[in-house]
Amino acid sequence: MPGKLKVKIVAGRHLPVMDRASDLTDAFVEVKFGNTTFKTDVYHKSLNPQWNSEWFKFEVDDEDLQDEPLQITVLDHDTYSANDAIGKVYIDIDPLLYSEAATVISGWFPIYDTIHGIRGEINVVVKVDLFNDLNRFRQSSCGVKFFCTTSIPKCYRAVIIHGFVEELVVNEDPEYQWIDRIRTPRASNEARQRLISLMSGELQRKIGLKVLEMRGNAVVGYLQCFDLEGESGLVVRAIGTACTLDKLSSPAAFLPACNSPSKEMKESPLVHPPSHGCRSTHNSPIHTATGSRLTQNFSVSVPTLIYTGMGSGSAGKEGGPFKGLLRQQTQSALEQREFPFFTLTAFPPGFLVHVGGVVSARSVKLLDRIHNPDEPETRDAWWAEIRQEIKSHAKALGCHAVVGYSESTSICEEVCILSASGTAAVLNPRFLQDGTVEGCLEQRLEENLPAGCGFCHIPYDELNMPFPAHLTYCYNCRKQKVPDVLFTTIDLPMDATVIGKGCLIQARLCRLKKKAQAEANATAISNLLPFMEYEVHTQLMNKLKLKGMNALFGLRIQISVGENMLMGLASATGVYLAALPTPGGIQIAGKTPNDGSYEQHISHMQKKINDTIAKNKELYEINPPEISEELIGSPIPEPRQRSRLLRSQSESSDEVMELDLSHGKKDAFVLEIDDTDAMEDVHSLLTDVPPPSGFYSCNTEIMPGINNWTSEIQMFTSVRVIRLSSLNLTNQALNKNFNDLCENLLKSLYFKLRSMIPCCLCHVNFTVSLPEDELIQVTVTAVAITFDKNQALQTTKTHVEKSLQRASTDNEELLQFPLELCSDSLPPHPFPPVKEHLESASSNSGIPAAQRATSVDYSSFADRCSSWIELIKLKAQTIRRGSIKTTVTVEKASPMGEGNFRNRAGPSCANSTVGVVKMTPLSFIPGAKITKYLGIINMFFIRETTSLREEGGVSGFLHAFIAEVFAMVRAHVAALGGNAVVSYIMKQCVFMENPNKNQAQCLINVSGDAVVFVRESESEVVPTQHPTANCQPACPGGEVTT
Amino acid sequence: MTSELDIFVGNTTLIDEDVYRLWLDGYSVSDAVALRVRSGILEQTGATAAVLQSDTMDHYRTFHMLERLLHAPPKLLHQLIYQIPPSRQALLIERYYTFDEAFVREVLGKKLSKGTKKDLDDISTKTGITLKSCRRQFDNFKRVFKVVEEMRGSLVDNIQQHFLLSDRLARDYAAIVFFANNRFETGKKKLQYLSFGDFAFCAELMIQHWTLGAVDSQVDDMDVDLDKEFLQDLKELKVLVADKDLLDLHKSLVCTALRGKLGVFSEMEANFKNLSRGLVNVAAKLTHNKDVRDLFVDLVEKFVEPCRSDHWPLGDVRLFLNQYSASVHSLDGFRFQALWDRYMGTLRGCLLRLYHE
Repeated sequence: MPGKLKVKIVAGRHLPVMDRASDLTDAFVEVKFGNTTFKTDVYHKSLNPQWNSEWFKFEVDDEDLQDEPLQITVLDHDTYSANDAIGKVYIDIDPLLYSEAATVISGWFPIYDTIHGIRGEINVVVKVDLFNDLNRFRQSSCGVKFFCTTSIPKCYRAVIIHGFVEELVVNEDPEYQWIDRIRTPRASNEARQRLISLMSGELQRKIGLKVLEMRGNAVVGYLQCFDLEGESGLVVRAIGTACTLDKLSSPAAFLPACNSPSKEMKESPLVHPPSHGCRSTHNSPIHTATGSRLTQNFSVSVPTLIYTGMGSGSAGKEGGPFKGLLRQQTQSALEQREFPFFTLTAFPPGFLVHVGGVVSARSVKLLDRIHNPDEPETRDAWWAEIRQEIKSHAKALGCHAVVGYSESTSICEEVCILSASGTAAVLNPRFLQDGTVEGCLEQRLEENLPAGCGFCHIPYDELNMPFPAHLTYCYNCRKQKVPDVLFTTIDLPMDATVIGKGCLIQARLCRLKKKAQAEANATAISNLLPFMEYEVHTQLMNKLKLKGMNALFGLRIQISVGENMLMGLASATGVYLAALPTPGGIQIAGKTPNDGSYEQHISHMQKKINDTIAKNKELYEINPPEISEELIGSPIPEPRQRSRLLRSQSESSDEVMELDLSHGKKDAFVLEIDDTDAMEDVHSLLTDVPPPSGFYSCNTEIMPGINNWTSEIQMFTSVRVIRLSSLNLTNQALNKNFNDLCENLLKSLYFKLRSMIPCCLCHVNFTVSLPEDELIQVTVTAVAITFDKNQALQTTKTHVEKSLQRASTDNEELLQFPLELCSDSLPPHPFPPVKEHLESASSNSGIPAAQRATSVDYSSFADRCSSWIELIKLKAQTIRRGSIKTTVTVEKASPMGEGNFRNRAGPSCANSTVGVVKMTPLSFIPGAKITKYLGIINMFFIRETTSLREEGGVSGFLHAFIAEVFAMVRAHVAALGGNAVVSYIMKQCVFMENPNKNQAQCLINVSGDAVVFVRESESEVVPTQHPTANCQPACPGGEVTT
Repeated sequence: MTSELDIFVGNTTLIDEDVYRLWLDGYSVSDAVALRVRSGILEQTGATAAVLQSDTMDHYRTFHMLERLLHAPPKLLHQLIYQIPPSRQALLIERYYTFDEAFVREVLGKKLSKGTKKDLDDISTKTGITLKSCRRQFDNFKRVFKVVEEMRGSLVDNIQQHFLLSDRLARDYAAIVFFANNRFETGKKKLQYLSFGDFAFCAELMIQHWTLGAVDSQVDDMDVDLDKEFLQDLKELKVLVADKDLLDLHKSLVCTALRGKLGVFSEMEANFKNLSRGLVNVAAKLTHNKDVRDLFVDLVEKFVEPCRSDHWPLGDVRLFLNQYSASVHSLDGFRFQALWDRYMGTLRGCLLRLYHE
């Protein structure tokens, strides 16, 4: 499927002065794709050149289209000497390769130079003509859609979720090639940027091929990372979940499907509670295996085989689907099925049956030079090994799949820690095969079932547990067994019943290690790892209890390696699941009970802890209904051997556990403070300050217990680097420093965002690295979302309903709420005229039928009354936006030239949203509906300076760079015709400095999904906007961007 | 444990108005932190001093990066690096260009050159405004001056277009530019009682009536330079005081009209010739640059002070000036009615503003 790539260079603006004499620039542009280069004419003496070039046409095959970035270089013409480069723009043309995404890339792109940063902007138009080609042996995978979002994208429906895809490519790092000694830093940076861009393209293409092989058409939860292995090379690797997605385009396709669910219900055994009693779930938070020096891990199951085995009761009934499975299995390459992993963290309703617990595996490797980049077998083998381990761990938990799966590395010199983690789970097989999934329909059915507790039930056999756990009957349905705590890496399932609100819980840990070389170093690290895992786990457990909660979601444990220390940082969102038992308190035990003052001290501490728990319960509104013990049945008498099991790995004594038992109180968690270490722990427990009132935080997509988001969002990145002072550091001092660093960072965030109160920090993502001996770097990306306090106290029931609604990909179920809302506020406007307006608007607009259908669909359901105004406004905005593709900011700016300024400065900034690109790490935008996915944004930048002081020191340098990265992301999204990036993530932020040489360098890798969103009706807008006034201008020629 | 690096970057650039004000006022980070602590913010928010320090640093860094763009406000609107809502952009610009009354009175009418810049130290000491803030304000004046100095079209519009200021602020800048260009003396001791607003008011009247732009809107410098031809012609007015008959006639016309209406009639009658001579001589002298510069000094000396020493109420001054200008129309031998109106119309407005009871 070869294609023709067409590029037009329109104009430049704000170029830097390149000729000191005239204070002007003679700029021209080189457009390069693959090995072909075109040039524009030189536009003399201007900082705002108008090239208005012809269309430069590149005839290329689609393999190149996928791999290569379009490279645009702006230069200053110099008659006598070499032309000076002003900067470059790399444009990933991948979004143009799938039919539903963008059709043109057109807009102002910042011109970027790795030494000077952004230097002006250039207006470019890019188009691709693809020729169809039925070659079966093609190497390209054009048309496979990629999504960073770790759930089924909002305007799609999952037909089949095929499973895990992974790939990696390796190359030599240009920075370490011999030529780097003689070339300029700029040339070297550009070589790196270009190489990574190429490798990303190649990787995406290869993954796409695998997806096609599996008969899928999309990759969801696509996560691409690069490992800078230094001397030994550069690895770009990616994982994702292959799916077959259907675009939800019209209600017609949707409605008939609604009729079938009941029938389907009968066929699908897994929706019913299994008849043969409980499968065990396994709360075990973290299951560690020691073993080889490489590892500790957990893994998951192969879905297909296991489903048959596991669904004991169900296998028979499931004949049909099973055949489907078999067929599918034979069709797809076997390796693809090798790992039943899913990078998704949120699922279509009914997909997730049971959750076992977190499984993770780590392995320490020594890096060696990659000899043959075309055969990256070593790296492949390393990951395969880890995944195997994860798989076996999951199996041990009675689970067949791993969800919320992710992989990461930490590299220091030649040592590399590979980590993988996920949540062992039992899945509903219907989603894994052809034609049986009607994702969005099922939730309604499920509502008939006892409210979501199913996923908490243990998937493993009670009598044959992989590890001892403390089981009780589910507090919700009273039929199945549940664990006392549940740790997972996924988002809170939408149907889960939660009491109160959630909160961010972090465990932070440092361990010193001796500096060593190679093997010795690797051994030292792998010896330390189990202790770290154990301690991180203990901390999480303590903090969870202290909050009075019983489950963790979104758990992410990061272990980073440095020259002389290891750091562990675990973040998760704690919640109180109604199905799980009330957590016991924390009991403190001293070792020397005879000492009176000591006892007093202990009891003082105990009181403090109890107070804190009580306070937290109040703060997070945790007041579960009282249930008498008898009803629940006695817990399975299997006390805390699990802890003992884990403990036995550490040096700390087993007596602790004895004490625990002797204390007798079965659900109390005992902390022994027999040494300073433990004392520290207790102190640090109590020093974690809760966020100021009006603030909540979590690291999951949404905050359990808050459902009335308003539309204001603020995404941010904050970076801190501290230098540890003394030479003879102790573990305690380190821990304290690290703890303070994180706590202060959070406090700063709360302070900075105080104007948004009441608000919630969502998707708080901490990353720790150890760039040098005494440096600790913490990077946080999160989004602050405001919510409406007045409705904040709605019951969990409403919460469940609401989130169901949001999840459902269409509006149908939105019906009740918005109607109620708006019938109050808009009594004089009955429905029929409204509809008329809308329809005339959409029929006038000359948009393709399918798109129009969407808009009708939108109008004819649900919240039409309150939303139509908004819709019309949006249309009006869309019209204004019409030209955004080429001139986003110009448009926005131009009115200010004249006297309009005063109006704009005044309180009415009505059109302020035009041209704004929102960024969020979440998969949705509160108060808005995503109407189109335009493609994946995956960008890599290097910035270097040799005048660090002049640029405001390290802070000034990095601040400017991150701002520039945001700007470039926004510009690309705007050029694709989008107005937001969702599932945005800063995957890497590698910062190196050399203050003595006045130098610094930083590498940043970001990704996300470019989307178009339209605002849903906002009730507060309704009273103020007069509908007819809005309607008139909107109707003629309104274009709805769907 | 020392913090090496500490940044916060939002997709929407956060602007804290209070910190912005402190930054504009030229406080160092540590002073700003101290002032914020004093404002009680720590108690309100439960933050620590370290948090405040970090927050202040961060905002200062942002402002520092934005400053380059604020020098050419349209750039702030077009740039892609900082996503700032329009209302915030407007606030940033408006505040950046806002100046202190105390400061502007010190430099109004002075040449905006390097020499003056050296005096900023003294101004800073005298006014208590930080040197940094003085520099910013001075540089703003100079920058606006440079940009609009040679431009066609309305001065206020030009300023608004190139600096996106509010109407009020643009008018103030027009006055500053006009004064700087014509180098009117405003610093003399006897002018100290006048506020910037008084001068700005006069500047506006003069721009509207006395500049080239008042006659022809197609010339360069139309609003910043006084109409030279007009100033030359003003010599013709001398006849009003040089011709004794004309002067007497003028006086009698005014006195007849105002008899019984003026509380200070006798003083007026006694002073008429002096006042009239003063006003006409000011006009006749405007051919020399030096005398143009002293316009306000002369007006105060020749008119405002004599009236004030006789305790004229403002209403009487108004009555007098109205009658004084109007009566000229009845002087048959006087041929320069239009010229007189152009001169006196503006002057009357200025004098009334300059006259503080």
